[in-house]
Amino acid sequence: MSAQSIDLTAGDLVEARRFGRRQITGMVFGVAGIALIALVAPNITGDTRTFAFEPPPDALDFSFDPPTMVTIIGLIYLLAGGLSFLPQQFDRWAGRGQLLAAAATIPLILVVALGLSATPATNVTNLFDESLVLATPIALGAMTGLWSERSGIINIGIEGTMLGSAGVGFMIFATLGEASSTTWLWIAILVAVLTGGALALLLAVLSIRYQINQIVAGVVINLFALGLTGFLRSEVIVPSGNSKGISTSEFGIPLLEQIPILGDTFFTGKPIHYMMYAVVFLTWLVMFRTAWGLRVRSCGEDPHAAETLGIDVIKTRYRSVVLGGFIAGLAGAWFSMESQSGFEDNMTNAAGFIALAAMIFGKWTPGGAFAGALLFGFARALGSRLQFLEVEISGFGIPSEFFQSLPFAVTLVVVAGALGRSIAPAAEGQPYRPSK
Amino acid sequence: MSMGTDQRDLEPSGFRLKVQEAFQLQPVLVPLYAILLSFIVGGILIALIGVNPFEAYWALLRGMFGSKDNIAASVARSVPFMGSALALAFAFRAGLFNIGAEGQLLVGGVTAAWVGTWAWMTDTPAIIAIPIILLAGAFGGFMWGWVPGILRAKTGAHEVISTIMLNSIALFLVRWIVNSRDPVILRDLEASVPRTEAISDTAELPTIIDSQPPLHWGLFVMLGVCFLIAFVLKRTTFGFETITVGTNPHAARYAGMSVDRIIILAMAISGACAGIAAASEVSGTNQLFQPGTFALIGFDGIAVALLARANPIGIIPSALLWGSLLSGAPLMQQEADVSIDVVRIIQSMVLLFVAADAIVRYIFRVRGEAEAHIKASTTGWAGQ
Repeated sequence: MSAQSIDLTAGDLVEARRFGRRQITGMVFGVAGIALIALVAPNITGDTRTFAFEPPPDALDFSFDPPTMVTIIGLIYLLAGGLSFLPQQFDRWAGRGQLLAAAATIPLILVVALGLSATPATNVTNLFDESLVLATPIALGAMTGLWSERSGIINIGIEGTMLGSAGVGFMIFATLGEASSTTWLWIAILVAVLTGGALALLLAVLSIRYQINQIVAGVVINLFALGLTGFLRSEVIVPSGNSKGISTSEFGIPLLEQIPILGDTFFTGKPIHYMMYAVVFLTWLVMFRTAWGLRVRSCGEDPHAAETLGIDVIKTRYRSVVLGGFIAGLAGAWFSMESQSGFEDNMTNAAGFIALAAMIFGKWTPGGAFAGALLFGFARALGSRLQFLEVEISGFGIPSEFFQSLPFAVTLVVVAGALGRSIAPAAEGQPYRPSK
Repeated sequence: MSMGTDQRDLEPSGFRLKVQEAFQLQPVLVPLYAILLSFIVGGILIALIGVNPFEAYWALLRGMFGSKDNIAASVARSVPFMGSALALAFAFRAGLFNIGAEGQLLVGGVTAAWVGTWAWMTDTPAIIAIPIILLAGAFGGFMWGWVPGILRAKTGAHEVISTIMLNSIALFLVRWIVNSRDPVILRDLEASVPRTEAISDTAELPTIIDSQPPLHWGLFVMLGVCFLIAFVLKRTTFGFETITVGTNPHAARYAGMSVDRIIILAMAISGACAGIAAASEVSGTNQLFQPGTFALIGFDGIAVALLARANPIGIIPSALLWGSLLSGAPLMQQEADVSIDVVRIIQSMVLLFVAADAIVRYIFRVRGEAEAHIKASTTGWAGQ
């Protein structure tokens, strides 16, 4: 990259301005818009389809006929494409247009899917609520990665940390609380959080003290957690006879839960889900608005400079990695004690890796990572919804496996598209030796 | 062992150096101690659930090597790990971390099974049919490894993330291919479980010992691939370029090597190693393709390769250890009532102690520097 830009002449620079990433993206939107209007809209069913926002009795809904909707979204795409080719001074408008078009993709997918399905209506509020719930472990995992990586330690052991805490936490709940007492449920969640911290400490010791390749250290954590939880499940959890039990219960946020439509779905939920919002907010607050956060970030960017300023790099890194581990522990508790009650082998099912992808998508910032987590949560919720809708294209039923692989495909595309522009903490992955 | 001190005092002559190298026990000693230490950790865990660890390990040992059939089964179990470990090791030499062997095995296996069920394969002599099915597997793996390679080279998407995503996508893809009844793709409609139809008899690798699983000629195929990869890395220009890119991509670029090309090829060849292992399993062990049989082989390959320090020849003993542990575990469960997962914990400990050899050196007082031998890809996600 850098070698190329050095060789550019002034003329090339003007040329590059005219045909940068924005223009290429604009072109893609333009072509997609034309395809939508000319190819998709005429061929999609003209029967009325409905988005419901509330459960049946008092249905607030929005009916439409798919061809019109597809045409409207196609026009938005075309507009975004056109704006991208305006002169330089309208650059901000081009950006806004593309953002609008990108946002329009979500209704587009829903409209097309519903148009191709035999079912005439679907509940949209639920879909968004499911997306938020499914984003919980991914957002938490992304915060784990953020704490660790901003301090300079690559963490691909998030998956194992989550799995280990899910297993150990539920083991405590099953054996001591017989999977039925609320007090023990909360103690078990605390144990899960601590287990996450312990596994992260292992990662920290391996990569900071023994300076082994941090990716290998992460793989060790993942393998170890897989073996340990499998062992605990078959030797402790199953023999205890409490493989299933209660999970955290829903509660409503006072006042907010009475808002029509939104109250029932968005402001009634389970505790770890709400803690997730707090964790994301606190991560942002601490990392970008306090001296401590600045120190953590400086250790990830230039540990030697940080040391010159009197920061104890080693201690800071240990602290951040373990703090991240606590967060992953909470995510583990979500798996075995909130989304369901019980532990299954490998129940995290690559959520830790998707969390990493969300973090990279968010360019190592809490807000961005949270947006990434929402995107993957949506992809997963949409996948299972579409599976249920039985989408068909000219008589050929789209297999459920396709929808199940949707979140992974989205991750792949997003990482390929986003990484080129995102910059990792500079000192990440390099072992640090204090200068004296 | 005492060589370490000598080396500092006098410069050894050529001959002395050779003798010293021949007696250098350290490279072998540390992994052996690491294995010992892992078994101690596992033993403590077994004792914690109230079983005598020696009894459990005795059963494990007999399960691994107790009879001719057990030994054959242990070796047979190890064969696919050679391929999945090579898939990591080769990319590792190019500074890449290929976690995608799991998916590359699946795609390689399903391609091999598809080719193996072609109608004209029944009339083809084995000497042609077997290479065709193996190459088909290699091709499937090659393509599935090529994708993350090109993503890494052209967009900068880190191969760790993209290969993991491709693993899941591959799983759903082959599940669909094997499950689907409408349309039927490769499913054997008469079978109660989802699987492909049996491959043609001519494409089957001959069995050596009829153990459970059978030991077949796939062993020699995979040994051959190990030596071939070792040869490519050591003796060819391409191998030199691969190692240069892995050691210092900037230097490689400066020397005029195409880093992108090496990255793409290294990932693809890695995938091909996994694919050929899958084909050998399809052709020699099951004679058909069933996705479940490949579960975790790819992930274990990571540990097998790291245990061998990404050395293609070292992978052979390392895979043998891995396979025989897994093959012996059921007898341990049966006789001592200890969960098979103990073996998994032991395996993760082996990897831990081999990677963090400073711990082993400290405990067993092995002299010499702790090596930072697993050096590749210690850069950040952007991989610059």
